[in-house]
Formats: sequence, structure tokens, C-alpha cells
Amino acid sequence: MAFAAFATTEAQPQTARRKSPIALFLLLPGILYLVLFFLTPLISLILTSLQAPSEFGDIGVYDYAFNWQNYVAVIESYWPHILRSFGYALLATVFALLFSYPIAYFIGVKARRRPLLQSLLLVLVIAPFFISFLLRTLAWKQILSDESLIITSLKALSLLAPDAYFAGTPFAVVFGLTYNFIPFMTLPLYTALERLDTRYLEAGSDLYANSFTVFRKVTIPLSMPGIVAGTLLTFIPAAGDYINASRDFLGGPDTQMMGNVIEANFLVLLNYPAAAALSIILMAAILVLVGVYVKRSGTEDLL
Amino acid sequence: MSIREFAESGADLELVGIQKRFPGFTAIEELDLTIPAGSFFALLGPSGCGKTTTLRLVAGLEEPTAGRILIGGKDVTDTKAHQRPVNTVFQSYALFPHMSIIDNVAFGLKRRRIADAEAKAHEALKLVELDHLAQRRPAQLSGGQQQRVALARAIVNRPALLLLDEPLGALDLKLRRQMQLELKTIQEEVGLTFLHVTHDQEEAMTMADTVAVMNKGAIEQMGAPEELYELPRTAFVANFLGKSNLFTGDVVGTTDTAMTVDASGHRITIATARAQRHQGLVTVGVRPEKVTLHAEQPEEVAGRNLLGPGRVIDVSFAGVSTEYIVAVPGVGTISVFAQNMSFGPVAHEGSEVWLSWDVEHGFGLSDEPDESSRFPADADTQSIAVQRREALLTELEGS
Repeated sequence: MAFAAFATTEAQPQTARRKSPIALFLLLPGILYLVLFFLTPLISLILTSLQAPSEFGDIGVYDYAFNWQNYVAVIESYWPHILRSFGYALLATVFALLFSYPIAYFIGVKARRRPLLQSLLLVLVIAPFFISFLLRTLAWKQILSDESLIITSLKALSLLAPDAYFAGTPFAVVFGLTYNFIPFMTLPLYTALERLDTRYLEAGSDLYANSFTVFRKVTIPLSMPGIVAGTLLTFIPAAGDYINASRDFLGGPDTQMMGNVIEANFLVLLNYPAAAALSIILMAAILVLVGVYVKRSGTEDLL
Repeated sequence: MSIREFAESGADLELVGIQKRFPGFTAIEELDLTIPAGSFFALLGPSGCGKTTTLRLVAGLEEPTAGRILIGGKDVTDTKAHQRPVNTVFQSYALFPHMSIIDNVAFGLKRRRIADAEAKAHEALKLVELDHLAQRRPAQLSGGQQQRVALARAIVNRPALLLLDEPLGALDLKLRRQMQLELKTIQEEVGLTFLHVTHDQEEAMTMADTVAVMNKGAIEQMGAPEELYELPRTAFVANFLGKSNLFTGDVVGTTDTAMTVDASGHRITIATARAQRHQGLVTVGVRPEKVTLHAEQPEEVAGRNLLGPGRVIDVSFAGVSTEYIVAVPGVGTISVFAQNMSFGPVAHEGSEVWLSWDVEHGFGLSDEPDESSRFPADADTQSIAVQRREALLTELEGS
């Protein structure tokens, strides 16, 4: 009896994997959804990016073609925006990481024995989500504007130079990006640090590592999945963001990012192929950067 | 002693007036302890008795509320964990999951910038016969292998003092024996001071030169394993370290050599020198394997205690020996271990038997008897469960 049971459990998974149509059936809605709402628009986007202006048409009328020069053209005219996008996103990610790690460490490790404090702090991290992203960014625009109470008082106290300003500067945009994406960094970091077994830290200090070395050699590697998840969740949307850098919010003419030029090409200039080509470039660049990053950070062989 | 170099030999460990209070409870009341260099010392006690806290205090992972810790004569009370010449084999092993086995073992050496860290780590792994797994991750190893890696990771540092926190707890019997032997060999070869914390009395007795039995944050008794076993001083030690049959009664006669106790009408004599207290209400005892079972009433012999008749209420055959539980009216149940010299048990449930043992084999405890009957409530060992059951049986018989 026992032997028979043992034998069947050994053999079963393989036959189940080979024959069962149930798995495919269960996957079908998901596959259909992806084909309909992801693959189709993606193909449409690629086709649009290769369109050429219609010979006799009006502005904004394009014909299907294989006009790959669109890509050359957008890179030529928008390369500063492309670089700026990734530069700002990188800065925002680094600042968000530096800012979030101590918060996440405190909530996930130090506050472990006080669940009430832990929950309260987590709510505080998530709380900004209860207010619209646009409203919060507008609020920062008010705070950073030249006439705001904070800026004028800082100037009155001579903590700021009289001609200093923030509105429309790269500082304001990176600040806005950092601020808006901090929860996306803090939460994955918290999940990773919350699971961190402090006995490893004790083992580290028992093995002659001072607290900085323990942090560098044990805490950081063990929280790597959280760091990778957090930086991706911050970097990807930040690179494509067009709210913070927009002139209506925290940006100025010199801070336009890819999202802004895509928006302008699509809605104002009606240059759909250029907008589509920029979108494809943004997507491809992010895919390559993320791929290299994930491979380099070696998260695949973390537990 | 600098942590940059290997310890030449083991160091003395001295705990002076150690107290440790956590919010809400006291883990260690008042602890004074000296462990001479090069010895293998075991702290034995039930869970929650403060033994692991003691270990953590020595390792520097906790700070004492009061008292001083000296290693090799040097006060390390205020020294941080990473600066103490001490290594720990953790109960959970705590191998770094993100590092290979070799990196785990070399971790301490690299932190101290000791030359040839990798080579020394390989040597340590060879010692525990795991060098062929050097490139694996801890998760790919079995529990026993992880345990050996944890040991290698600690001893490779040649600490003056090696702390072992229930190091054999997760191993099966065969691996346990193997590791016990290995630990002992290493200790003899290297001459380190070992402080071993365990709740397993067998582990403590087979490995340590000196065993300290800890209960409720204080040491009850300390000594060589044989001494603790043959001459326990308190009921806790008598029951925690093996089993004991205990009898309480008034002392009715004392000579230079023998002391007689009246336990509910039964006269029990022990050697005067083996008793802690010589008057009033005392508790005396005898180990189950010292008691002989008789199927017929034997003749009274000078120098032997005779108890009976009693009835066998339980027989459990354990291969090499058989344990008989005998109910003797008035004194409760008595446990007898008998070697299986012939085939099978010599008495059966329900048979009438007599018990005898040498006067020299008894021991007298120092606790106040009401104290000894009070303790079962707050410890959690098997022996206490047995005592509890015995108490219940006595109660049932009495009614």
C-alpha cells in the first residue's frame, strides 16, 4: 500500500503536466486579454511609428509605410529630452532609495516589536495615495513657487539668496519625481526588510563585523530583492513621467522629459509617428536598462 | 587580546554578579560563574531558565543589567560583540543564505584581515568533512551539514572561547553522536574553552567536564557529570538529570555513618555523608537503576534498604533495559530500571514485588520538602511530568 502510494506520487506530476487541458483553459482569458489590450496596441504603435505623412492629406494624416527615418528624426531632435528623462529618473531613484531605506528599515526591523507603531507608520507611508497625484504635485508647485510662504520666509531669514528660485528648475522636477515615487520604493523595501532575520545580523557581529560591515555584507544583500523591486518601480514610471516635468506643474521649458515631448507630439503637433517612435524608444531603452540591471544585481540566485 | 590574531589557547571566563532583566521579567537573578581555560563547560536547564541569555551576554549580543563579564581576566562588559574573542555556534546556525559555504566560513577571518582566509576556511571545512561542498549555498545543504558548517565557521577563528547554543538540537541520533565526538576531539586538539548550552542532559553529561544545572535564572548545582548524577543536591537536579525516586520524611535516627528517615512508616537509610541535611523533614532519593526488583520477599540485610511489598503497575521494555513502575502503598510509585540479563521482563503488570537498594546509593537533598513539591508548576521537562503523574497517583491511592 505504502509502496504503491509512493510510486504514484512519483509518476503523477509528469503525466498531469503533459495531458491536462485544464491549465491551458484557465490561461485562456489571460492570454486573450493580453492579446487584445497589450499586443494589439503594441503592434499598432510600431506600425504608427513607421508611418509617413500622407502625400495629399491634411496635417495629422498619415499613411502606413516603412519610414524608419522617423526614429532618426526623433533622436536627432529630442536626444536631450531622452537623456534628461533617464538622468532625472536615475537621480529620483537614487534619492528615493537613500530616503526610503532608513524609513523601511525602521518600520520593518526596529519597530518589529511594536506592531501598532509599525502599522501606523505604514499607513503614513501610504497616506499620500489618498490624495490625487495631480493635486499633490500642484501643492508642491505652490510651495516651491517664488511667492510661497516658505520661500519668502527662507529669503527673509537669509537662508536663501534673494534671487534664488525653484519653480521650473530641474531641482523642482527631480524633487517632485522623488516625492511622488517614494512610496513605491518604501513598500518593497519594507517587505524585504520585514522578513530580514536579525539572527544573521547577530551572526555577523559575532564574526567580528562592525555594524557598518554587517549592514554592507549582510543587510544590503539580504534586502536586495526589495532594492531591485523598489528601484524598478521608481525608475520605470519616473522615466516615462510627464506630470512633474510639465510646465503646468513643477517643470519649465528646460526640464521637458520624454513624456512631455510624446504628449506634445501627439496632442499638439499631431505628429503621431514621432510620438509613437519616441514611445518605442522609451520602452526599448527601459527594457535594456532593466535587463542589464537585474542581471547585474544578481537577484536571480537570491533566496 | 587583539582580535586581529588567533587565540593562543582558551581563556578563562568569569561572570561576576550578572543580572539580566527584560521588560516584565528577570532572566537571570544573580549569576557568578568561573569557567577555567581549556575546559568544556555545559550549562544545562529547561527552556526559559536563562541559559541562552547567559550565552548571549557572553557573546555580547545582550547587555547585562548588572555585573561584569571577564574573558581571560579582561573586563569585556562594555566591549561590543564584534570585538570580543568569542565565537558562537547558533542554535539556528544562522548561515548567511546569500553566501557560499566557503564565504560563510571565511567571513570572520576576512573581517579580521587574517592572511590566507580562503585556505584556512578550506582547512576548517576539511575538519568537518564538507570541503567538497564549499561552493554550495547553505539552502542546498541538509540540516546536519549546515550544523557542521556553522561549527567550522566558528572554530576557524580560533576564538579563546567557543559558545555552543544547543548545537546538536536539530540532528538525528547518529549524526548527533558523530558531532559530539567531533566536538570533543576538536576541543582536545585545539584546547579552546567551550561553553555549551543545552536542555539535553545526555548531551551535557557525555560532552562536558563540568555541568552546571540552571533553573529559574540561577545555578542549582555545578560539578562533574558523575558527581551531579550520583549526588544531586536538589530535587530539581535529581529529576532534571535523569530520573529519581524521592521520599520525604522525618529523620528518626542519625549515626556517624547512617541516617534513617521515616517515610510514611517505611524506614529508609542513607549514608550520612551523602545527605545535605541531617534533621527535621528531609527528602531522600535513589536512582531507578540502583534499585533491585525481587519477586519474593528477600531477607533483611544490613546495609540495604528494603521496600515492599508493592505492585507492578507498568512495564516498559526498552531493549537494553526494562523500566518497571512499582506502586508501594504509602510511598507512591517507584521507578526501577533493570538490565535485561535474561530474555524479556522478569516481572509483569500486577505482580507483587519487593524492592531493595544499597544504603550507599541513596542521597539526601538540601531543599525544604515543601519547596520540592512546589516546583513542578513552573518547569517543562519530562521528568516533571513524571513527577506530576506520580503525585496524582499518590493522591488517588490516598482517597
